[in-house]
Amino acid sequence: MEDGQEARPPNQGLKIVVCIKQVPKGEQLEIDPVKKTLRREGVESEMNPADKNAVEMALGFKDEHGGEVIALSMGSRSFERSLRMAIGMGADRAVLLSDRALAGSDTTPTSYALAGTISLLGKIDLILCGEETSDSSTGHVGPGIAGHLEIPQITYVTEAKVENDKIIAKRQVEFGFETWETTFPALLTVKFGCNRPREPTLSRKIKAKRGNVIQTWSAKDAGLDESKLGLNGSPTIVSTIDTVELPSRKGELFSGNLGKNVSDLISRLVRDGFIRG
Amino acid sequence: METGEYKGVMVFLEHRKGKLRNASIQLIGEGRRLADILKQELSGALLGKDVENLTGEAIQFGCDKVHYIEHDLLENYAPRPYAKALAELVQKRRPDALLFGATMNGREVAGRLHAYTHTGLAADCTAFDITEDGYLEMIRPAFGGKSLAHIICKKTKPQMASARPNVFPAPDKDPARKGEILKETVQLTQEDVDTRCLEVVEHEDEANMLSKSEIVVSGGYGLKKKENFVLLEELAELLHGVVGASRKTVDIGWFPRERQIGQTGKTVRPRLYFAIGISGAIQHLAGMERSEKIVAINADPTASIFEVADYGIVGNLFDVIPEMIRQLKAMKSSQSSS
Ligand SMILES: Cc1cc2nc3c(=O)[nH]c(=O)nc-3n(C[C@H](O)[C@H](O)[C@H](O)COP(=O)(O)OP(=O)(O)OC[C@H]3O[C@@H](n4cnc5c(N)ncnc54)[C@H](O)[C@@H]3O)c2cc1C
Ligand SMILES: Nc1ncnc2c1ncn2[C@@H]1O[C@H](COP(=O)(O)O)[C@@H](O)[C@H]1O
Repeated sequence: MEDGQEARPPNQGLKIVVCIKQVPKGEQLEIDPVKKTLRREGVESEMNPADKNAVEMALGFKDEHGGEVIALSMGSRSFERSLRMAIGMGADRAVLLSDRALAGSDTTPTSYALAGTISLLGKIDLILCGEETSDSSTGHVGPGIAGHLEIPQITYVTEAKVENDKIIAKRQVEFGFETWETTFPALLTVKFGCNRPREPTLSRKIKAKRGNVIQTWSAKDAGLDESKLGLNGSPTIVSTIDTVELPSRKGELFSGNLGKNVSDLISRLVRDGFIRG
Repeated sequence: METGEYKGVMVFLEHRKGKLRNASIQLIGEGRRLADILKQELSGALLGKDVENLTGEAIQFGCDKVHYIEHDLLENYAPRPYAKALAELVQKRRPDALLFGATMNGREVAGRLHAYTHTGLAADCTAFDITEDGYLEMIRPAFGGKSLAHIICKKTKPQMASARPNVFPAPDKDPARKGEILKETVQLTQEDVDTRCLEVVEHEDEANMLSKSEIVVSGGYGLKKKENFVLLEELAELLHGVVGASRKTVDIGWFPRERQIGQTGKTVRPRLYFAIGISGAIQHLAGMERSEKIVAINADPTASIFEVADYGIVGNLFDVIPEMIRQLKAMKSSQSSS
């Protein structure tokens, strides 16, 4: 996107890419209380929650300004499910980057591969990502893509609008909110829960089932350097995973009558020095 | 890539309104510990326009060295110029490990930087260690906090990670500590400043109150409606604590965002934490499980919050809280009359 800084031609609508990952359903990931390991068998997967908000934001832009929304995902064939969901919600088409060479990628090759794929999609105005995924929760892929493409980034966005040839975005930070401005093309990462993602419609679901709406690309199709991908191209390795040992607490449960429960609790808090008795 | 020559631990020093941010001060403490294990130097990377005056403080907190970069284009924080300047500094100074506070800015700048340096980056770590062969072991919650992943980066340098704020204690300042202060230069152009902050709306005092308070009284969806938070306010006032909230209550607008506790909110470690009408989702636990003592009040005896609680009452909070308020008030008045 070397020519990315030039002004966007007016009234042409926005060409938007939304990056989507499919993740195990959060509430189904349970620690087996006996074996103390993560129970993963039979866990269903879904579109990463924050990515749904990103799709909704993209569709909101399209509703207002026209244009095209392309859903992009990198992962196994099963990720088609989430891409169909995005099309059901209103995305025009989807690209799935799927290749054995990508297996085991950490955020370094993932950002590289997604950036490379996006640069083959033509002149893009906006790239939207979720703030983070619920399985790896790094939030690094979005800024990584922006870095590879050398385009502006605004992260943790809760609201955004287009004003002439500028993007104005409200960003949530620890101490409040910031309003940022930038030019096209740009990448935004979208806060989980910042909007209400629309439900897929029946007619769009049917469209999603038809051929050609989802293109599947190999690493070669995307012109990627295979040495930078997958486990080999990932600088980090996970050496071990252990079950979280929550700090062991004695856990005194008061279950008598109301007044006694409360006075028992208060007496403990007095004993521990939190309240002066 | 030649990796042999990378040495020392470097921390990215964030600042706001002329002060080092807490997350960065905590990071100096942890960086110091790691550098000592490695028997290497701890350096700070300080970027901005007029920042030289902060270098002394970074040394007093524990840095051996501070590399500072002053540039007109770094006057206001923005991800691209900051990431570019860091990339240049890293190339020149070659730290073995580079640590960031996992603040919003710390995470986004590190995420961008790892595309420039093509090195490994672990997010939001809650513990670090050094392996026997001298690598940084980056330990972070995985799968929504249900397990801990130990991550190692052997192939590339620097080994990069961000550290969750308020997990590592802030070190004490030693006014007698001396160190080396190095002015660095970087090449930046106006084009690098490709985003601009137009406005900041702060709720800083509130946010600070939450992480500084020794007692936090948090409410969840069990409170049923916004108006009922006054119950918590009253309890918090009697206990000299502040009120926090679960994400669910924040999402539906019962409570301001700055009060949210958990994985995507604040991490707190008060001496005493009350979870009232909070189920104890793993994302909530991520923000409070390090509290010294935890009290859970919940109608559902199987709620997972009880698993981490020191004291629990199974009951209707609309009975329990008014009763607590009544008994606490009675204690107070008997104290003042005696
Ligand atoms: C990516 C992501 C990030 C997230 N980040 C966070 C985060 O940072 N912080 C966070 O808190 N959550 C976070 N969540 C949400 C989290 O998963 C839970 O949905 C949320 O914490 C639940 O809030 P709650 O406990 O208030 O509500 P619920 O789970 O609905 O629990 C309400 C509880 O109140 C009890 N109750 C009801 N009535 C009464 C009564 N009368 N008396 C006593 N008890 C009663 C119920 O038994 C129940 O246990 C995140 C989720 C995702 C997907
Ligand atoms: N495999 C992937 N395919 C498409 N988008 C992804 C992928 N991994 C991450 N992303 C995007 O990057 C965001 C942040 O992911 P993460 O850095 O893994 O927390 C997600 O919300 C997605 O928008």
